[in-house]
Amino acid sequence: MGAEGQHIQYLISGITLGSIYALIALALVVTFNITGIFNLAIGEFVTIGTLSAVTLRSAGCPDVPAFVLAVLIAGVIAATMERAAIYPARKASILTLIIITIGVAIALRGAALLIWGTHPYPLPPFVDTAPIALWGAVIIPQMLFVLGLAVVAVMLLFAFFDLTYAGKAVRAAMINRNAARLVGINPARLSLLAFVFSGMLAALAGIFIAPITTATYDMGFMLGLKGFVAAILGGVTNVKGAIVGGLLLGIIEAFAIGMLSSGMKDGIAMMVMIIVLLICPTGIMGLRIYNKRTGSWMVWLRQKVGTGSR
Amino acid sequence: MLRVNGLTKQFGGLTALCGVGFVAQPGQILALIGPNGAGKTTVFNLITGVLQADQGEILLANKRIDGLRTFEVAALGISRTFQHLELFTTLSVAENVMVGAWPRNRASFLRCLFRRPGMMKKDQELYNKALGLLAQVGLKGKADWPAKSLTFGQQRLLEIARALAGEPQVLLLDEPAAGLNHAESADLAAFLRSLAERGLTLILVEHDMDTVMGVADQIVVLNFGTVIAGGSPSEVQQDPEVIAAYLGKEDDEVC
Amino acid sequence: MASAKSRYWIALILVVVCVPLFVKSNYVLSILIVIGLYAIIVQGLGLLMGYAGQVSFGQAAFYGLGAYTAAILATKCDWPPVLCVLVAPFLPALVALIIGRPILRLREHYLVLATLGFGILAFAAFNESIALTGGPSGLTGIPYLSIGPLVLDNDRSYYYVVWGVLGLVILAVANLTGSPIGRAFKAIHASEQAAQSAGIDTALLKLQAFVFSAFLAGLAGGLYAFWVTFVGPSPFGFTASIEFVLMAVVGGLGTLWGPVLGSAIIVGLAEFLRWGVPILLPKVGGEFEIVFFGIIFVLIMLLRPQGILAPGRPSGMSGVAVKEEKCSG
Repeated sequence: MGAEGQHIQYLISGITLGSIYALIALALVVTFNITGIFNLAIGEFVTIGTLSAVTLRSAGCPDVPAFVLAVLIAGVIAATMERAAIYPARKASILTLIIITIGVAIALRGAALLIWGTHPYPLPPFVDTAPIALWGAVIIPQMLFVLGLAVVAVMLLFAFFDLTYAGKAVRAAMINRNAARLVGINPARLSLLAFVFSGMLAALAGIFIAPITTATYDMGFMLGLKGFVAAILGGVTNVKGAIVGGLLLGIIEAFAIGMLSSGMKDGIAMMVMIIVLLICPTGIMGLRIYNKRTGSWMVWLRQKVGTGSR
Repeated sequence: MLRVNGLTKQFGGLTALCGVGFVAQPGQILALIGPNGAGKTTVFNLITGVLQADQGEILLANKRIDGLRTFEVAALGISRTFQHLELFTTLSVAENVMVGAWPRNRASFLRCLFRRPGMMKKDQELYNKALGLLAQVGLKGKADWPAKSLTFGQQRLLEIARALAGEPQVLLLDEPAAGLNHAESADLAAFLRSLAERGLTLILVEHDMDTVMGVADQIVVLNFGTVIAGGSPSEVQQDPEVIAAYLGKEDDEVC
Repeated sequence: MASAKSRYWIALILVVVCVPLFVKSNYVLSILIVIGLYAIIVQGLGLLMGYAGQVSFGQAAFYGLGAYTAAILATKCDWPPVLCVLVAPFLPALVALIIGRPILRLREHYLVLATLGFGILAFAAFNESIALTGGPSGLTGIPYLSIGPLVLDNDRSYYYVVWGVLGLVILAVANLTGSPIGRAFKAIHASEQAAQSAGIDTALLKLQAFVFSAFLAGLAGGLYAFWVTFVGPSPFGFTASIEFVLMAVVGGLGTLWGPVLGSAIIVGLAEFLRWGVPILLPKVGGEFEIVFFGIIFVLIMLLRPQGILAPGRPSGMSGVAVKEEKCSG
């Protein structure tokens, strides 16, 4: 494989993994905008969805119903989480809520460990076709499914936001949470739906990527975190930014792993996140030329970060 | 002496202040008045470095202080109170005042960690000083109460005591009489007068016209971010622009 | 009054000193050592969370940094062990000093994620800098801690070292929280704006608390290295960072004994679960105890966010954000 082919290979695997990050970031951003809560348990829904699908398949359930059922299971758990842990604490401080989502995350991870153990489970690709060679790079057919899922999910989401009344109302609620009440949306129900939606989307992302990676009880942890990195990269309040951020992170990671070392894979994403948080906390989509006098930048940063999140 | 020259501040496209200037002299009380949203609190936020001005300068004793950060401004001798009370609710009344004395009694992390001898003795002196200040504002005997147990009016007085503990040259008071009854307002006015007589520079933002007219030496009237009038209370009261700006207006400033 | 206070201290010291006389099991002693080590870390974290109102989900990185510094100085530079333990905390403190300013400018979710990211980054670095840290297989051959001719090669003597250091740490934290600095911290917590207007450099104070917490974590790390005489990356991962926050929260933020209690509860519970759960579920492996920690986390946050020892009203981090909510609303 020539150097050029290798670069194309990096790009393709970057985009594949990036699509997954983008989907998880999307789930996070939508929930964050509606509820003001970063769901740090998002990765566990990836795990639960995927491992449920594995279990259902091995119990003899055909592929598609197994996947649908697995996504629904993730949705039910997300609903339970929202009702049992988030809703009762909705008036608590943001840090309390963050710690709650972390608590839910580790409880779910522990539960996954108890149910499925530490060993990896394979999930076969959706179709059994030979890899495709393209410009010296190899495309695994499953990658196309991942890309397809990302495109379809994004299109459906945008169609929902742009074309339906409910979507427009949700969008209004995302911009101004008080506006939700004005257009007749019950904020409690919206919060529930947001969590269910994000849990189901995360599960779907896991089921699609698992044939390429593998399914383990802790697969969601890093995927979830990378979803956060993608969301931050794109500017946490920005739906389009989440997609761009996810793809960008995937590509950065693929090239960094290919050219540097695979061991720092997770380190690179964290480094990207820290750099973005420190230099431009509004993310790449929030970048603006800011030519105010000395000191203004700090004030600006403080306004953008933290205070506006709830 | 605090001098403000040509202060301009925009929020997005909205001009909050435009070329505001005034001079506050030691021993005098200057009142900033104006309708809601006239930019009075913004002036305070600019002076104290909470916000940075887009244009203009702020001078304390002829030295520029704009561009400094809030705690640096405070260390130079400008203390303030807040329109919406910002007490340290988890501390006692006396402790609030003791924190206010920080600019003259800065503590070092390492010295506190190792509890250097003499430190706690100094703190006891600070406590006694706080008791004195509390007595001055009429909070005698409440030193060890939790700050949040005070009534609204008392909390306002505590904020003033806390601001005074820093031994400031300039005291900025943001609506000190809001929520006080008539007698309390009168007491407050007398107290502010006595502070001015001690040589302090006082600037207050106030809605209560009785208090303002009774206590201020100089009044600056803001409307839509510009100074529309200035001078002694009697001059301002007769100014037609001021009368126009205030016509029919009598409600409290909204957050 | 002073004598009552000192009597209380003497009683506590006596209890700590006498415990090894009654406890013969090395297993129990080693658990007590772990509790002591964690309590040192959590004292720092408690100060950061309960007083400075900040949070760090990356304390395990500082713990690891201290452990590796001590281990590397002892094995590769042949420094005397005591010197290694004393020097080790300064590297994490320095790192905290460098990253502290920009990181502490962040708030809430962003602060959580940035510290968490830092912790994961450090963990990856421990694993990957093989030349320095030995990578996943770690560093072996660390000598026992020795003071002159006295070699501390058993848990009984090490217990005294760790709890002795913890005693000094508690004393230092008590000094700090009872001092004007402690008051300033509480002030920042209650109203950052008013604290700044009172002339307090709030960013500096928060940084100091952060650096101090990193120092204590590094101190515990150095002590850990000379106790187990082996340092690998596994105790310094993300789970450990979360457990430290859990200990701080469970014990009660803004209290002197909360960190000790929190460490004892979480370490004790982990040991109990590691003993008990395999009896019920024999096939289970890995860190399954986290499922219970997660549930405790959620329950504590829902039912008693101020922790066990803190008085009625929620204090600690909750106060800050509630305040912010009020302002932004």
